[in-house]
Amino acid sequence: MLSQKIIAELTEALGKENVLTEKEELACYSFDATADMPQAMPDVFVTPTCTEEVQKVVEIASKHRIPVYTRGSGTNLSGGTIPLKNGIVMGMVRMDKILEVDAENLTAVVQPGVIIQDLNDEVGKHGLIYPPDPGTVTTATMGGSVAECSGGLRGLKYGVTKDYVMGLEVVLANGKVMRCGGKTVKNVTAYDMVKLFVGSEGTLGIITEIIVKLIPAPETRKSFLASFKSLEDAAGSITGIIASKVIPATLEIMDNATIKTVENYAHVGLPTNAEAILLIEVDGLPGVVAKEAQAVEKVCRENNGQLKVAETDQERDNLWAARRAALPALAQVSPTTVLEDATVPRSEIPKMLKALKEIAGKYDLKIGTFGHAGDGNLHPTILTDERNKEEMARVHRAVDEIFDAALQLGGTLSGEHGIGMAKMKYLKNEFKEAGVEALRSVKKALDPENILNPGKVIDLEG
Amino acid sequence: MSYYDLLQNIDEEIIKCMKCGNCQAVCPIYKEIQGESGVARGKIQMAKALLEGKLEYNDKLAELFGLCLTCKACADNCPCGVRPDKIILAVRAALAREKGLHPLKRRIFSVLAKPKVFRFGMNAGSIFQGLGLKRVKGKNLAQPRLPIGLDMRRVIRPLAPQSLISELPRINKPQNPQFKVAFFTGCMLNYLYTDAGKAVVDVLNKNGVEVVIPEAQHCCGIPTFVHGDMATTRKIAKYNIDVFMKEDFDAIITHCGTCIGAWAEHYPEFLADDPEYAEKANKLANKAYDFSQFLIEKVGLKRPEVSLDVKVTYHDPCHLVRGVGVAPQPREILKAMPGVELAEMKKPDRCCGSAGSFSLTHYEMSSKIRDKKTEDILSVNPDAVITSCGACRMQLEDGLYQAGADIPVKHLAMLLQEAYQKEGK
Repeated sequence: MLSQKIIAELTEALGKENVLTEKEELACYSFDATADMPQAMPDVFVTPTCTEEVQKVVEIASKHRIPVYTRGSGTNLSGGTIPLKNGIVMGMVRMDKILEVDAENLTAVVQPGVIIQDLNDEVGKHGLIYPPDPGTVTTATMGGSVAECSGGLRGLKYGVTKDYVMGLEVVLANGKVMRCGGKTVKNVTAYDMVKLFVGSEGTLGIITEIIVKLIPAPETRKSFLASFKSLEDAAGSITGIIASKVIPATLEIMDNATIKTVENYAHVGLPTNAEAILLIEVDGLPGVVAKEAQAVEKVCRENNGQLKVAETDQERDNLWAARRAALPALAQVSPTTVLEDATVPRSEIPKMLKALKEIAGKYDLKIGTFGHAGDGNLHPTILTDERNKEEMARVHRAVDEIFDAALQLGGTLSGEHGIGMAKMKYLKNEFKEAGVEALRSVKKALDPENILNPGKVIDLEG
Repeated sequence: MSYYDLLQNIDEEIIKCMKCGNCQAVCPIYKEIQGESGVARGKIQMAKALLEGKLEYNDKLAELFGLCLTCKACADNCPCGVRPDKIILAVRAALAREKGLHPLKRRIFSVLAKPKVFRFGMNAGSIFQGLGLKRVKGKNLAQPRLPIGLDMRRVIRPLAPQSLISELPRINKPQNPQFKVAFFTGCMLNYLYTDAGKAVVDVLNKNGVEVVIPEAQHCCGIPTFVHGDMATTRKIAKYNIDVFMKEDFDAIITHCGTCIGAWAEHYPEFLADDPEYAEKANKLANKAYDFSQFLIEKVGLKRPEVSLDVKVTYHDPCHLVRGVGVAPQPREILKAMPGVELAEMKKPDRCCGSAGSFSLTHYEMSSKIRDKKTEDILSVNPDAVITSCGACRMQLEDGLYQAGADIPVKHLAMLLQEAYQKEGK
């Protein structure tokens, strides 16, 4: 518990309405969207409304060495915002202004509490888009998605959040404000601090302003659903499409378990006997789209795929409704949904899917896998019940093996959810000793008192 | 045992929540307070903590669980199919059990529990309301003279001089009726919006439907239900069931999203364990229809012949669209009417912020939510706003008045009535 003196200091700095201390309110910040995580209560919840107020909070935290857990909408999937060591949870949702849309420079400047969809609605008026589109696009904040470096469905062609962040304003652990990057496309002034803060999960500094890159909205698009009797054929299509020099905006895969569940839930006419389906969309200028669509069709047919083309907007919406239904459908099967994001090089997807099937069999678990085939980012989803201790023990062993499999195939622990506290213990498997040591040095340099999101990403003790 | 009687039984609903936070995107309260305690996810986790003994029944918990419009937008948007509305109402019921109702609510509900006393009070209120309310010039609206529990800025519809039930005959029979229905007026149409009540009877008659208005009928009980008073709620439900079981009809008709929800969904739910009433509640639930639903699905609307030349927009009452799924039917009626242009506003199904007594107890927040709705209405520049719920209508009237817009709000039945009346001329 924090002393009354510290609460009084915070209240003095932010005003009474921005400091919550009642345990009913605090209980609402003891969790995030991650399954199978311990909950922890903050001592206080604060909502700064400007950079100066963020500075004041960090100064108070630094003076008294209190942990600060920065939180956006709390939709992350790594346990990243759970206040493990209590202290202060700082909600950024009230810093929610879009400060500027600069159509000439194709940039926008936003506060961290802006919801991604709201930014897209605003830049859409200029015929522009902000491409990163995590599944939580209607709820997640820009600050949260920058701090987590969210990905989404368009990663293959358009990249992920880090490819669109050009500049940042950051409050450092000592309470000072720094700016890095800017509106220029080229910028090699000193270390690339922007890239360092993107994906730092609130452990290195607190993002208070973001300059993002925008691009013109694609003129047309065309979507396909291809179903395959074997994983090899699906995989052959994925690599075949890329080999024919087509980079689809979206290239998604669903395994048989997911197909069956989605069809059972949404009745959208998916082929339940298919071993895998691919959902493909190409976009851009009409001539290019037509040419790329031809290439996609050819590759899928050569790989024995059954092809369905969305001819109208309605058909396209139906097709993507099936993809959007993947997680909800899986989530309705059982009370607890453990969603992972182990990622492998594109060419290793068939091997990874096989490994997942074996792991499901070995531990007698229901695992549905879907994900972003184009960029190798899969979402093996374990359907379980957290109240069943024996099954959860098997889930944990299966998760260990999933990460081993991904790393053995030259992949990574996390494609887009981040490390948080959920994957900390696996970090050394990927980074090895020297890497972990380097990460630790970075953390110690920027946050010597370890007050920013302590207990996440990197273990300072180990 | 129902989770409205034993909170532990809501556990299966709670465990389904994967805490994804999708409810934030649609919760009107969350948009205003930007705090997790406002939204379904936060409330569900509080309910879980309550069951685990980490939180207790206290005033703060009651305050936070009071912050819900029961608009069901969260349930509609939930990828896991969780019904947060049920969880929240189960906690409110538990709070009422454990902590007791607020003394003012207890007094009001004790009157609601007695249909005759309530009726007497409402009729007396109609006579004496001038003491506390002053008329708004040129409109059938009123504003408080004194702080009588209403925000001084607010305009409301005054009580009608005579209640619908006392004004209309019990049996309203056209020539050669094809159907016979019992009209459950609900309080708003009986005591305030009698114009809409008369329109329902008129329009049904025009469509060859005989309308019986059982005079002993009472409030639907949802106002006591949303405050967790299950004993009074069940008493009211059984009372209404008894009144309607005495009648012989093809359907029960309502023109209020909340009343239809009471008959179609909640009475069977409240009385599921009651050996005497469970079957009766189910039987009547299957016969309950919203006004538009009955016209479209059962009768087949008699299309008005004369053109009205009016541009309208339709506001979906939460309990009608998400409670019982009635949204296409009112639109089908509007589109069938000659000279009626339906200009859809943005998010026509977003809550107006009324939520019954929520607009009394939280006028400030209710108004902010309402102002978004008013803005959406004004953006399509309609000649009239059409809806199917008295509480929504009163809220929309207040919103348009505060915005200085002279646009009438009407029940759907009233527009049909106008068209048929024009035909007769």
